[in-house]
Amino acid sequence: MKKILLGTAALTLSATMAFAQDGSVVRLGTEGAYPPYNFINDSGEVDGFERELGDELCARAELTCEWVTNEWDSIIPNLVSGNYDAIIAGMSITDERDEVIDFTSNYTQPDPSSYLGIDGAEPDFEGGILAAQAGTIQASHIASSGATLVEFATPDESVAAVRNGEADAVLADKAYLLPIAEEAADLAIVGEDVLIGGGIGLGVRESDTELKDKFSVAIDAMKADGSLNALIEKWLPGSATF
Amino acid sequence: MACYLTTAKHMALYWSFGTVLLLLAITAPLALAFGFGAAAAARSRFLPLRWFGQIYIAIVRGVPDIAFFLFFVIALDQAFEYIRHKVKCPDWDQPIRQGSDFVVCAAAKLPMGNAAQWVHETYGFFLAVLTFAIVFGAFAANVLFGAMRAVPRAQMETAEAYGMTPRQIFRRILVPQMWVYALPGLSNLWMVLIKSTPLLFLLGVEDIVYWARELGGSKTPRFTDYPHGDWRMWYFLALLVFYLCFTRVSEVVLERLMVRLTHGQATLGGEAQRKVAA
Amino acid sequence: MSCWETLTDYGLRSIGIGERLLPRSDFTLCQQVVLIGSGMIWNVYFGLVALVTGFVLATAVALGKASGQTVTRKLSEWFIFLFRGSPLFIQFFFAYFAFQSLKSVSSVFDPFSAAWLGALIVLFLNTAAYSGEIFYGALRSVPKGDAEAADAYGLSGWPRFRRIIWPTMLRLAWPAYTNEAIFLFHATTLVYFSGFPAWQQKGDALYYASYFADKTFNPFVPYPILAGYFILLTLVILSCFGLINRRLNRHLPQEQRLRVKFRPNLIR
Repeated sequence: MKKILLGTAALTLSATMAFAQDGSVVRLGTEGAYPPYNFINDSGEVDGFERELGDELCARAELTCEWVTNEWDSIIPNLVSGNYDAIIAGMSITDERDEVIDFTSNYTQPDPSSYLGIDGAEPDFEGGILAAQAGTIQASHIASSGATLVEFATPDESVAAVRNGEADAVLADKAYLLPIAEEAADLAIVGEDVLIGGGIGLGVRESDTELKDKFSVAIDAMKADGSLNALIEKWLPGSATF
Repeated sequence: MACYLTTAKHMALYWSFGTVLLLLAITAPLALAFGFGAAAAARSRFLPLRWFGQIYIAIVRGVPDIAFFLFFVIALDQAFEYIRHKVKCPDWDQPIRQGSDFVVCAAAKLPMGNAAQWVHETYGFFLAVLTFAIVFGAFAANVLFGAMRAVPRAQMETAEAYGMTPRQIFRRILVPQMWVYALPGLSNLWMVLIKSTPLLFLLGVEDIVYWARELGGSKTPRFTDYPHGDWRMWYFLALLVFYLCFTRVSEVVLERLMVRLTHGQATLGGEAQRKVAA
Repeated sequence: MSCWETLTDYGLRSIGIGERLLPRSDFTLCQQVVLIGSGMIWNVYFGLVALVTGFVLATAVALGKASGQTVTRKLSEWFIFLFRGSPLFIQFFFAYFAFQSLKSVSSVFDPFSAAWLGALIVLFLNTAAYSGEIFYGALRSVPKGDAEAADAYGLSGWPRFRRIIWPTMLRLAWPAYTNEAIFLFHATTLVYFSGFPAWQQKGDALYYASYFADKTFNPFVPYPILAGYFILLTLVILSCFGLINRRLNRHLPQEQRLRVKFRPNLIR
């Protein structure tokens, strides 16, 4: 399906450790359109919280890693089909997803979602028009509330929908919306945060327990020595730490 | 401004124009080959082969191309890996489908798990070309099938009278003559092919639409040196101009080709040319 | 839940009738077939309305392109060039953008940014351009004798067009027009896929197919179902157009009739 293999964005990391096991490469799939978690920077490479985190995890687990980007819609089918080995794309751990793939330990606390709306407006969260990216936990949340859901293919378009008045507010991860609210004079975080999802983890194939364990060990080690908290504070200011 | 337009990301956009052109350049002959094969199959005297050709043409044309593009690349990829798995790892004892996972032995992976990134990209590009060729091959097959039927019956009968075998007739009489009948349909198909390339991003190729969306989306200053609002409109405008120019140029070239091909042919067009010259 | 219940709950889901929430877990084949079928309502709606309205404009555009007046001819030529020369994908994008900005000008334009009207207008203009080109081609091949016979009968202006030129033009254009119709229906899958957002999870067949592909993480069931529906739709269109074709050609001896052949003459 939408397997996007990024030339410029993909970059082989020479792991600092000399012996990456039998030269095999672990391919990390990400979306590349969800700052600050992951995005494509000016030089066309994957960048952001998860880029730094992933590089660090690979170094600790002594793996050679490579970055690929893939459309959000098909990110799981391409994983189970074996086109890359792990998803590191701000993916919240949910029961539905857990049935199909496995998650490592979470590397963020359950991140609150919040609403972004026109500054000063008071949208009706029960009966208003709310935007979300299609296929996200936020979209499911709005669909089961009383509000009218409008879905967009990319997070960017869902924010644009608020700007042009199509929707009253957009529901997305708070860490994604905060920088936008800070930069844009006309937009602000409105209403109260919503707690959905159970933290973000790396997604791996269910048959790939070895890789899952390696990443989980590395994540736990980063939690223990505080380096994960440092990363969270750098990229996701205001989010809960471990 | 000059700096903005020459960031590595913009370079990727410019390159992707090349990717699209390269894909068109490879897909067109390949689809033609597929179409030729299918059209020949659909005319075959061997019944299963004929059915195969006809069913392929009918099914692919009955389905919107997006529906194909959305699952065909994964399907093709899995099919290749499945075959390689059967060949290379006959003594593999684990099931290939484990729950929703598709697991083949490491030797059967395409491309190999530790292959360089450019191999992965080339493979992805190859799958996209193949998918396009399968879809447009069916359309080409239909055009060629019609063109083969348009070749005057008398020509074949003459060949038969000279004692040629069916195979000889096909090669020496039918194929050389059908092109002039096929060209209008094929040139139309070419235009359609051009206009379906914006769907390339569905097939995992980073095409111009992918980069236009990525570059045009609004950017906050925290993550880029060049923050801007929603500029997708301008990027898409550039794409629009590109496509309009490209189709226009193709139109002119194909028209010239048609004029040249009809020269001296026993068709209405050829007759008109003769009259003008006379 | 039995399949019949699923049908009553979700059969009209795409137009907002029935169960509000889409299925979330334990997806059955029946649910997929019913919901994707429900989405086909939109595909048929877009295709049918655009085809009928586009037919009228296409005739006008074809006449415009064949007209002696420079302004009319140039306008028609540019209209056809613009819509035939660019991908529909990009046309949808621009239309959505344009309707969004018009909305701030006047609230009259509010419904235009919704798919049912906005996307319909794009499809209408698009099919008018394609069919216009087909009709123009047919118009040029109307036998000279037909026009001369009309003149001999003293027909002129509107009656001459309505009774002589137009039926012949249609007859000649019909095989190519059939293909255009099929591809128009196929093109309706692009509506919710690019540009226009889906409201309250009311979308077309492709929308629901990708919903299921997304929820079950398995693209191999919903997309083939979608393909099946479209093959059926294609067969229905072919037989309808075949019937009309027989009517258009009913005065001709058997062997002169133009057969409707499914040929990709003009697609997008």
